[in-house]
Amino acid sequence: MLRYSLKRALSLVLSLAVASLVIFAVIEVAPGDPASFMLGVNAQEDTLAALRAELGLDVSKTERYFTWVAGMLQGDFGVSYTYRTPVSKMVADRMWVSLPLALYALALSTAIAFPAGIYAASRRGKAGDVAVMGATQLGVAVPNFWFAMMLVLVFAINLRWFNAGGFAGWDKGIWAGLHSLTLPAVALALPQAAILARVMRSALLDILGEDFMRTARAKGLTRRQALWRHGVRNALIPVLTIIGLQFSFLLAGSIIIEQVFYLPGLGRLVFQSISSRDLIVVESVVMLLVFAVIMVNFLVDLAYAAVDPRLRSRT
Amino acid sequence: MSLLRIDDLSLSIHGFDILKGVNLIIEPGEIVAVTGESGSGKSMTALAVMQLLPDGARTSGSIRLDGQEILTLPETRMCALRGAAVGMVFQEPMTALNPVKTIGDQVMETILIHKAMPPDQAEDRAREVLTRVGLPPDRFPLSRYPHELSGGQRQRVVIAMAIALRPKLLIADEPTTALDVTTQAQILDLLKGLVDEYGMGMLMITHDLAVVADMADHITVMRHGEVVEAAPTPQLLAGMKHPYTKMLFAASEHQVTLPEPLGQEPLLAVANVVRDYPLPRTRLFARPGQHRAVDHVSFTLHRGERLGLVGESGCGKSTLTRAILGLEPVQDGHILLDGQPVYTGNRPNLAVRRRMQVVFQDPYGSFNPRHRVDRLVTEPFFLLEKPPTGTERRDRIAEMLTAVGLSPDDAGKYIHEFSGGQRQRIAIARALITRPQLILFDEAVSALDVSVRAQILDLLAELCAAYDLTYLFISHDLSVVRTITDRVMVMQAGRIVEQGETEQVFSDPQHPYTEALIAAAPRLPRRRPMVAR
Repeated sequence: MLRYSLKRALSLVLSLAVASLVIFAVIEVAPGDPASFMLGVNAQEDTLAALRAELGLDVSKTERYFTWVAGMLQGDFGVSYTYRTPVSKMVADRMWVSLPLALYALALSTAIAFPAGIYAASRRGKAGDVAVMGATQLGVAVPNFWFAMMLVLVFAINLRWFNAGGFAGWDKGIWAGLHSLTLPAVALALPQAAILARVMRSALLDILGEDFMRTARAKGLTRRQALWRHGVRNALIPVLTIIGLQFSFLLAGSIIIEQVFYLPGLGRLVFQSISSRDLIVVESVVMLLVFAVIMVNFLVDLAYAAVDPRLRSRT
Repeated sequence: MSLLRIDDLSLSIHGFDILKGVNLIIEPGEIVAVTGESGSGKSMTALAVMQLLPDGARTSGSIRLDGQEILTLPETRMCALRGAAVGMVFQEPMTALNPVKTIGDQVMETILIHKAMPPDQAEDRAREVLTRVGLPPDRFPLSRYPHELSGGQRQRVVIAMAIALRPKLLIADEPTTALDVTTQAQILDLLKGLVDEYGMGMLMITHDLAVVADMADHITVMRHGEVVEAAPTPQLLAGMKHPYTKMLFAASEHQVTLPEPLGQEPLLAVANVVRDYPLPRTRLFARPGQHRAVDHVSFTLHRGERLGLVGESGCGKSTLTRAILGLEPVQDGHILLDGQPVYTGNRPNLAVRRRMQVVFQDPYGSFNPRHRVDRLVTEPFFLLEKPPTGTERRDRIAEMLTAVGLSPDDAGKYIHEFSGGQRQRIAIARALITRPQLILFDEAVSALDVSVRAQILDLLAELCAAYDLTYLFISHDLSVVRTITDRVMVMQAGRIVEQGETEQVFSDPQHPYTEALIAAAPRLPRRRPMVAR
């Protein structure tokens, strides 16, 4: 297990190194000079040069890459071209919205999907299964922003249980923060839960047909005991894969939901900095997201090994 | 009172009649074998006793275990019986165990689920039964996972689970079919010992008549869901009454007469072939180890000769086959077909490749279900520079289908319309259509019922006469190899330990391993009519 973890960790570091190179290269080849963008088309050549020097754009690319990476390693992501504030602070502020939102949505989606998937699999072909499958079909088909608008209509405008948008901040207490994240989290979670429930159901159905499930029944386990003791854990591998993918998506891909609910999240930050060509912010946020995704994959790999002993010994 | 008494048991699944009026009695300490070909209903009989039938099953008649009627028993009571009063062992040890739980947990589960004893005692009992089945905890700790054990060892775990609570009845459904002969002999010994020791009754389901004759006190022969004949083993072997029983026994001893092999012109020359597979690194910067799957193998196959290759699983048979087909590079030595290498650079040598064909074991998995037979059979044409078209193509298909005992009209059908035996005929037609110089049969009759197997062996003998076939016949089944080859090679751990004239090797084995293999293979006793006294 330790060797397996170390190997995965090594591959994590290598992935990060490669990702940082690719991100840097892609941003470098993107057309447009940040300095001239900031000063406008009529800027003087010497003013431009001065700004470039100030932004650190006048040195060689290799040097810039290493300065960037070294900075990141120390938590220094540079200063935003447009806002003139440290990127690390901007990102951290946004992260305090996006990360809890993603985790909240993931928790909700898992909490809905597991019981639904297991229930549907145990009632294969019966009314309960058909109902769950119908609901998940709907959940997969309907876009999450539509859910978001419906939630706002019902729970914010009619029932007035929640605010229609905005983020209360964590300084007013954890409940206030969670309260303002609830509607967006539900909107994000429902489609994900639908997908996850379907994956859970089909993974379980595959497992239910396995020989060892019959062995379990032959030992005297009831259907339900066999399902819980031998089925669920074996079905987790495909489910974990999907959870990992979903978390990465939730972290960075919630931009539409952030717009609907006026949330100051990472998605909006990326969107704004791309439109204002604030490359240093884009670079940093993308790198951070890549880090998050790779980290999630690493955790998923560890979870695989925890679930399946065959992976531990294969190393 | 009998331990198990099945009276007039009928079973239908979704309206299809599976069992018709089956009767069967097992006394304590008795081994009753139910035998028959696939589809005879033997496994369903076992599952009916366990009440683990598929959805949509309807039963009538009576199954009494120790006097208690099972068919009307509610599911909760049935759960209490399964594992405690009746244990079951399945065919496929590789998949019968949960891969994510330790063997200790799985054996203990049988005990704990029935609340037979507290957990600490259950653990002791688990150790005890694992020791009894030949897996002492000092060598096989309870914390082992199934993937850390071999097939035979896994089957021992399955047996330990089944006997942990000393059931009165043990049901074994093809318990050794997936195992090598030497392992099979050990597992059969173990089962027999357990029956004697615990005084259990055993219902043994198997298609292997030699195993049946060897193990059972009583034999029940089934066909199409009916019992055609049932008698104590000695009587049944001595005087079979039903023609189907006679046919079954005759088919499993089926012999063919091969035409005399042609001259001594070498066709396939395998010289000093070595095939290594890299093992995973044991440490980060250590050199990865090597697994030598084929270890300096040399042999020559002559034109018109039928050569056998036998050995147990993992001995390198399949690797050698792939190397001969040019599907994999070899690390040393060379393989020449008619003087040309089968593998050049880093790909199979197509000029040679088109002169070889192969027939695989699984008649169900080796065809694309979306293609019609004409397309399936003509697949090897892709290897040819100028594949026949139009009438010539049609004629070739018709000729081949006729040659393998099918009709030219079958060309338009899909593969699912054929039985296993017919599919294997189609596989042979596919192999023959380009008139290859060499055919490899990789366990080609292993998945077939004995009667079908006999027909396919006959077909091969006929084709040998008609087309002067040269083939390499790879099989774990010694009796088949004995009749269908002129020469045989015995492979063990990557090496050819013995080769020679088939009859010579079988009647007078020189290598101890060959001897062990032959000794382990169950054999039908010579049948003599019983003399009335």
